[in-house]
Amino acid sequence: MRAVCWEGRGDVRVENVPDPTLLNPRDAIVRITSTAICGSDVHLYDGFIPTMKAGDILGHEFMGVVEDVGRGVANLKKGDRVIVPFPIACGHCFFCTHDLYSCCDNSNPNAWMAEKFYGYTAAGLFGYSHMLGGYAGGQAEYARVPFADVGPFKVPDHLTDEHVLFLTDIYPTGFMAAENCNIQPGDTVAVWGCGPVGQFAIRSAFLLGAGRVIAIDTVPERLMMANEGGAETLDSMDPDVFSKLRNMTGGIGPDSCIDAVGLEAHGPHLDYVYDKIKTMTFMATDRISALRQAIHSCRKGGTVSVPGVYGGFLDKVPFGAAMNKGLTIKTGQTHVHKYLPRLLRYIETGAINPSFVVTHRVSLDEAPNMYRTFRDKKDGCVKVVMKPH
Amino acid sequence: MAVAAMNYEGRVNVGRMERWMSMVAGGALAAYGLKRRQTPGGAAALAGAALLYRGATGHCDVYQALGINRAHGNGAREYGTGVIADRGSDTREQLGGRRGIHVEEAVTINKPLAELYRFWRNFENLPKFMNHLESVSTREEGISHWVAKGPARTRVEWDARIINEVQNKVIGWQSLEGSTISTAGSVNFDEDPHGTRVTVHLQYNPPGGKLGAAIARLFGEEPNQTIREDLRRFKQLMETGEIPTTAGQPSGRR
Repeated sequence: MRAVCWEGRGDVRVENVPDPTLLNPRDAIVRITSTAICGSDVHLYDGFIPTMKAGDILGHEFMGVVEDVGRGVANLKKGDRVIVPFPIACGHCFFCTHDLYSCCDNSNPNAWMAEKFYGYTAAGLFGYSHMLGGYAGGQAEYARVPFADVGPFKVPDHLTDEHVLFLTDIYPTGFMAAENCNIQPGDTVAVWGCGPVGQFAIRSAFLLGAGRVIAIDTVPERLMMANEGGAETLDSMDPDVFSKLRNMTGGIGPDSCIDAVGLEAHGPHLDYVYDKIKTMTFMATDRISALRQAIHSCRKGGTVSVPGVYGGFLDKVPFGAAMNKGLTIKTGQTHVHKYLPRLLRYIETGAINPSFVVTHRVSLDEAPNMYRTFRDKKDGCVKVVMKPH
Repeated sequence: MAVAAMNYEGRVNVGRMERWMSMVAGGALAAYGLKRRQTPGGAAALAGAALLYRGATGHCDVYQALGINRAHGNGAREYGTGVIADRGSDTREQLGGRRGIHVEEAVTINKPLAELYRFWRNFENLPKFMNHLESVSTREEGISHWVAKGPARTRVEWDARIINEVQNKVIGWQSLEGSTISTAGSVNFDEDPHGTRVTVHLQYNPPGGKLGAAIARLFGEEPNQTIREDLRRFKQLMETGEIPTTAGQPSGRR
């Protein structure tokens, strides 16, 4: 089959590889009908995530039709149309049984590796480094899905792929980010980052009762998209974001702040230059302008919600501000499985049509070009969906 | 008397004769140590004090970890099956004291205690999650034969006997005299708010020389890591029915 393979920093190629096979009793094989490139894939492309090996198949946002199931899977059969959550969850450990699916104990074959970095391992992910499982990803024609009796979620035929594909990652991610803000009716929520996750966070915040959402980014089409979702907008390259937020909120600051940017942040201040130099010289692992601004801007007693991906050790974090203002910081990889029934209901009732984020629809072979376009935010690119067949 | 007062139920696990010997040896060592005064004397005094305490109270921490209770009878050992082992072997000699390697690791498993105990008690299941083991078979009541993979496709084999067993609590085993590997271990099962806690204590004394070095490699540079990974696989097997793997998946590597 054809698959998108990581071959080094800035080097992604579509290659011919063997088809996946069932390896464990609870596996299934899915023929992929649609697959997307995620903002966090860009961190892999730019070489920020350690433990990648040349030849690794990328992709963790995919859906399709079940082709084969192992003997341990009773609730799926050939022909079922499913979306596949990006974290792999066993369903039986302490964490899975407490709805903390992305913290699964049992799905990382390289658990010892993650433990060296993080103390304890989280769930294995599709196509996202060997430290996080080393699983072949879903930017391909087929994928092997472990624990297929827990992950794959059946979707109705009357909804097109683009309606439901983002249940795999970015829609639940934006939703969980908003939920983590503990929004009280009428609250003001500030969102850094108007990529797809930020877009879903904006709409989810309103759904959860926010009175105002202020979206912060610098790319015009992304700010326009945020506006269409009901948000007021600010330019992230404006050095005065803090003062503007303060004035917009009557001197208090937003009730909660969402960092939907993560480790490759850009910013107008000197701290961005500092981060850039340090990461380029490998003296730091993450660039964190958005997180710093979120902590600084948040009102006292508020919540900073971090769906943005970070990998290592953060330099110059204003934790003194966080502590003295009594902030709550909530973060994590998305517990996708927990949100699926509810979010599917929102889609079915028309409360949201997630396909609004899609700007580029291409065949799998366009992947190398698309990674560059998506990373550089060229051509009005917000979300790329690829069709393997 | 003070000694009798310290004999509270459950704490005494050292046999009577052994307790007297502990006290005599401890007393002598302590007296010698105090006489010498300098650092080695201090160490001797402490060791002597520990032995004195052990003799006086009848409680040995190492025995407790191994689930060994020798308080009944003159050094005879019993275990749950009712068979009495021969009186010749001495666990402490097998453990090798300072030269032995001690490993303690624990894992918490979201499964009923009795189910985990039953699975582990059937030693033939152990190679399913202990990667360095090839097979374990039961020779006769209480005696098992172990075959492990050595480096360069060699094999290491030894016999072990169960020296202690309490249903749904602890299984303790020890390699027989004359084994290539001198090892004793125990697995403990306890209730925990998050499930069942399984704790393994392992003590082994690799013999010297080339064979010893090979056996040390068999257990890996880091015996703690080996046991931790074995326990992780035990947890994965019990909670999910399988062990996660990517071996055999496609990739773009040439």
